[in-house]
Amino acid sequence: MKLINELIQEYEKELTRRSFLQVGGLSLGAMALSFLSSCDRPAGIGSSHDSPLIDLANPLRPRDSHFAPKAKRVIFLHMAGAPSQLELFEYKPALHKLDGLDCPPSLLEGKRFAFITGVPKMLGPQFEFGKFGETQSYVSDRLPHFKEVVDEVTFLRAMHTDEFNHAPAQLFMHTGHARLGRPSMGSWVTYGLGSENQDLPGFVVLVSGQSAPSAGKSVWGSGFLPTVFQGVQCRSKGEPVLYVNNPDGMPRNIRKGTIEAINELNRRRYEEVQDPEIVTRIAQYEMAFKMQMTVPEVMDINDEPDYIHEMYGTTPGQASFANNCLLARRLAEKDVRFIQLFHRGWDSHGSNQFEALDIGFVKRCQEIDKPMSALLKDLEQRGLLEETLVVWGGEFGRTPMMENRGGISNPFAGRDHHKEAFTMWMAGGGVKKGFSFGETDEIGYYGTQDRVHTHDLQATILHLMGINHEQLTYHFQGRDFRLTDVHGHVVKDIMV
Amino acid sequence: MTNNYLRILTIVGLTLLGIWGVKKIIFPTHAIDFNSDIRPILNQHCLRCHGGVKASGGLSFLFEEEAFQAAESGKLAIVRGKAGKSELIRRIKHSDPELRMPLDADPMSPKEIQLLTDWINQGAPWAKHWAYIPPVKPAIADPSTASVFPLQNEIDHYILDRLQQEDIPPSPRADKTTLIRRITLDLTGLPPTDAEVAAFLADESDTALDKVIDRLLGSPHFGERWAAMWMDLARYGDSQGYQKDPYRSIWRYRDWLIDAFNEDLPFDKFTIQQLAGDLLPEPSEKELLATAFHRNTMTNDEGGTDDEEFRVAAVIDRINTTWEVWQGTTMSCVQCHSHPYDPFVHEDFYTSMAFFNNTEDADTRNDAPNLMSFSKTDKEKLKRWTNSLSPTPIAENINDSKDLNRYRRMVLFPNWKPGFSDSWDKLFIDDKNRARSIAQGGWLLFKDVDMAALNAITLSHNKTKEAIKVSVFAGALDGTLLGESILSRGENSQIKLTSVEKAKQDLYIQFQSDTKIPRGFRVEELSFGTTDLAKTEIADSLAELAQIPTPIMKDLSGKASRTTHVFERGNWLVHGAVVEADVPESLSPLAKDEQVDRLDLAEWLVHRDNPLTARVIVNRFWAEMMGRGIVETIEDFGSQGTPPTHPELLDWLAIEFQEDMQWSVKKLLKFIASSSAYQQSSVTSAIALEKDPNNQWWSRAYRKRLTAEQVRDQALAVSGLLSTKMYGPSVMPPQPDGVWQVIRNVMRWRESQGEDRYRRALYTFWRKSSPYPSFLTFDSPSREICVSRRIQTNTPLQALTTMNDTVYVEAARALAKIAMNKAEQKEDTALAIVYERALLKTPSAETLNLLQQHFEENLDYYQDNPEEAKKIAQSEENNHTQLAALTVVSNVILNLDEFVVRE
Repeated sequence: MKLINELIQEYEKELTRRSFLQVGGLSLGAMALSFLSSCDRPAGIGSSHDSPLIDLANPLRPRDSHFAPKAKRVIFLHMAGAPSQLELFEYKPALHKLDGLDCPPSLLEGKRFAFITGVPKMLGPQFEFGKFGETQSYVSDRLPHFKEVVDEVTFLRAMHTDEFNHAPAQLFMHTGHARLGRPSMGSWVTYGLGSENQDLPGFVVLVSGQSAPSAGKSVWGSGFLPTVFQGVQCRSKGEPVLYVNNPDGMPRNIRKGTIEAINELNRRRYEEVQDPEIVTRIAQYEMAFKMQMTVPEVMDINDEPDYIHEMYGTTPGQASFANNCLLARRLAEKDVRFIQLFHRGWDSHGSNQFEALDIGFVKRCQEIDKPMSALLKDLEQRGLLEETLVVWGGEFGRTPMMENRGGISNPFAGRDHHKEAFTMWMAGGGVKKGFSFGETDEIGYYGTQDRVHTHDLQATILHLMGINHEQLTYHFQGRDFRLTDVHGHVVKDIMV
Repeated sequence: MTNNYLRILTIVGLTLLGIWGVKKIIFPTHAIDFNSDIRPILNQHCLRCHGGVKASGGLSFLFEEEAFQAAESGKLAIVRGKAGKSELIRRIKHSDPELRMPLDADPMSPKEIQLLTDWINQGAPWAKHWAYIPPVKPAIADPSTASVFPLQNEIDHYILDRLQQEDIPPSPRADKTTLIRRITLDLTGLPPTDAEVAAFLADESDTALDKVIDRLLGSPHFGERWAAMWMDLARYGDSQGYQKDPYRSIWRYRDWLIDAFNEDLPFDKFTIQQLAGDLLPEPSEKELLATAFHRNTMTNDEGGTDDEEFRVAAVIDRINTTWEVWQGTTMSCVQCHSHPYDPFVHEDFYTSMAFFNNTEDADTRNDAPNLMSFSKTDKEKLKRWTNSLSPTPIAENINDSKDLNRYRRMVLFPNWKPGFSDSWDKLFIDDKNRARSIAQGGWLLFKDVDMAALNAITLSHNKTKEAIKVSVFAGALDGTLLGESILSRGENSQIKLTSVEKAKQDLYIQFQSDTKIPRGFRVEELSFGTTDLAKTEIADSLAELAQIPTPIMKDLSGKASRTTHVFERGNWLVHGAVVEADVPESLSPLAKDEQVDRLDLAEWLVHRDNPLTARVIVNRFWAEMMGRGIVETIEDFGSQGTPPTHPELLDWLAIEFQEDMQWSVKKLLKFIASSSAYQQSSVTSAIALEKDPNNQWWSRAYRKRLTAEQVRDQALAVSGLLSTKMYGPSVMPPQPDGVWQVIRNVMRWRESQGEDRYRRALYTFWRKSSPYPSFLTFDSPSREICVSRRIQTNTPLQALTTMNDTVYVEAARALAKIAMNKAEQKEDTALAIVYERALLKTPSAETLNLLQQHFEENLDYYQDNPEEAKKIAQSEENNHTQLAALTVVSNVILNLDEFVVRE
């Protein structure tokens, strides 16, 4: 009985906090009852060999993590298409010497590539590199702003993955599995931890660049988890969240009237039939009304001061990476749990201008350099960086060889997909500042030390959020599934 | 309850006896039931280490023979009848945590230890998990009667009996309006019309409800509602899934489903046709279309992907789906290792795979093999035309599109398309039925051509610079040459034919060139006769008819057949032993003929000896009607699923479904709908809330939130917007701009016009990577994979959808207009009409009062802001401020809990 009383109290607190429209004469006791009967198990994180404990009355209710988290939220900047690590952070002078020479057969034996056939030529670094910060980290001259924040980040230089095609590799990065049907990382996190903010979705997705990632919306889908945990795409053009705007000719005061009427009639119905779901529905309509205000507010960057716009390089109304970085900070301020950015256009094969390292790639660098650096600085100056984990990277890396599609050299400088070695960086939320983890060989082909697999990265991100990746499970098709499948090691070396 | 008491008393008793030091007393402990008492303990504490995944120390409790054999230590975990000599008991009671089982976990409770001890002492009787024991028709339960709950059929006997055991009163029958709304929504997915409600209310006969049920079962909307349910299981979508997620033409399968349910295709046939229709003797077009069930797997067209990898992925999906849909069995575990809990070994996955591994499809962009056929509407058109022209009625002789084609060619129409030929080779027939990519010697064959008046064939083709020779042979490619011609540079060429004696003749038309036939060359039509292309109205209309491709199953034969290997640890690149198609040993045996194929599997599934299929299927339909399955985990009947709340009822229904009902889904649904259990009120009484808070004993009807499809269809129906048009390609109702732009731009959302904007939800275009957003919000799965059970959430995004999505705003407006017209400007009447059309009942005075107040507030605003009124009312007429205010009230009504819930 003690537990039940506690639950009633908890629910009452919850209702008082979020109840802003008057809920007529409905007594709190009645509502507490509703909570008990619609959720017969206490809220808490799902555990192994147990059914998921989803509170259907409030699935995004905040829940305790397995242990104290280092990061309260994640901002994941996914560079869809996979940027070349060899042109950004992974300086390999040896490649200069090999530039234009035939690739030695030892690198090709037993390998499969997406496009390379026969014997490709090696391709030297396409840009100048310099050493920056106290850590003297190599950064390419394409990222003049990022070199200023290089001491904030931990580089993972020997990332590797299982997949070398975009869609499967992106699915692998975000769902831990190369095929469709599994929940994305943001879904797992909101399923496990709920949302601190009840006026905004717990998992927000922002897309910029060429188009959405090749793997489509599945990279922010909820797979077999209830769809309530899927990422909600917030858009800079059109409605910021689907259906958040009232129809033409219905101003906010009229909408308020309708919600009051809906809720009053629902309250009367509740008294007649006593179905606790009705109480939940009343609360959800209130919340919808609040979201109608908070979502457009948070998505409107017009009120940001000039120096912020200058810092990020933002122009209100655009669907740009810069705007999305600024939005990410605004969402972080509002305690959104998982903020997922995608910026697509990094597939630098060299087969055309867009995919050329010296043309399209350079433009992509310009698009991200200033805003992502600004994001780190801005989070830092607001004291948010230490509780926000920022992750940057693509779905795989690129080959030290120049791509020769069908055995013929491409018209522009470009590299093929490469799953054995690529660079990602992380900052904030429990991660060391100015640290580098992992090494690759002299041409950046293989990780030689401290390799980090995609599943390890996922385990580490969950760990920083206070989640044991082996214990956050969901029972489906007879199995307890988890983000990292049966793999994944937490990389403790990079943590503070 | 009683059992538990007994058990506790027994334990207490034993403990006391132990304290008193009384020895060798044979105490009558209750008989331990392995499935309900022991298996849960083994599953919870033991099987993780001593199960299908690993058998630590050489011990596993998965199968009986394993549990009773000596472990690696040489010791016996269980010695029947002798708990004292059983290592299992010694170890679970061990004081040394290093030795105590379960390792690294809390010790078992005294109760669990006692149960295990008693069980062993009773001889450790093992039992198969309940679901693998074939059902036996149980005795009908015999509850005492209850006045509010008449025993209308056997369902009520079991339900009431259980309620009486739990001492919970059943609920009385729901009021008639609630009942007809419930039953109409459940059986057809749509609300009843005013007239239907009125007729039912007026009908005071005993058979009133019976008549309603029969009417609904005969409605074409019945098939639409149940097709929508099956489409989740079939993971139906109008796209291929991966990467660009391009179009897939598979909607004829959806139409097949609608017909199958409407025609009440018995479920055994329904099963066989979907899994193996192609293997039936001389399969009909319908039987082939049914096999598209398993062609809804995803295709990956991304550059550089390995087609074999994704072919294998599709095959694996077919295995998992088949086992989940028909057997409620989670076979996916067994892909990598033996099942941790259920009696399936690693190899079972691959013997299952062998049934599915031999189909032609291979992850190609065009989804080959495809069935080319006319759509239902086109076919009806054809029939009409042929009947109107033919001297004799021939429609009944036309069984499939091939017959139609032949008929059209031979009897009616001089012009014909290459794609309508009976056979061809060394050329490609495109989706407009033109022949292209013609190689040297490429040919078309037309069988049984009426030669009576045929003295020439005219070809229409595109211009070509090369000299291409067309030859017409009779009977065979090396048969009599009837005529030959070098194609002219224009767009028509004629080949004069010498006469032949036979009235009917097979004609081969072959293409050759001294150099080469250019790739771009194509033949568009062939005219049988000397005239130019016929210009009759009919010929023109029919020439437009294109055959529609539908991906189907087709087995490879002979040398092309695949062998199936075990994949070591589930990795498709690491092949283990070769396996033959078979079913798991733990289930009923497969009747094998010479060649074991999918048809054998399908027949095995619906064989009377299969313990699972009828139970699983009955449970699925029960869950749709009753709000929850008798086995709540409708997707998992294994030992990790929930046990049935009413096992006797489940078995009784499973047998009845196969025997008396002869697998008739309509009979099953009628039986359920005719029970008092189904017809109860959904109002929760205080006592029910206390004693049966989760309604697991069905002490009342479930209040169910409508499904995503029903939420939309109902709003359209009550506002008079709903189109009742059936079948055909999927449609694109309004969707917010930009939803598809995030996917690579290979398809555009082209908003449908006219009635196609208001079609039932199941006709909405389903792109797997980006399904219709409002459906996802209302908990539909994305259909990338099979999902048996939709979880019902209640979120603010749902509120935003029904308040603001275009379709709901349009519905509110349309409903307001209907009410205004009917009410002839009387406000309160208009308000009442809106309420009545949506909720099928008269509003109470208080409700009407509230609506009136709300209306007046709106009206005040819109009278002050007429421009706003025009926007919401979409009207310039005099009464547009009233219409605006009433539209807003409609919007309220269409958002009420009562409206989006089926009570």
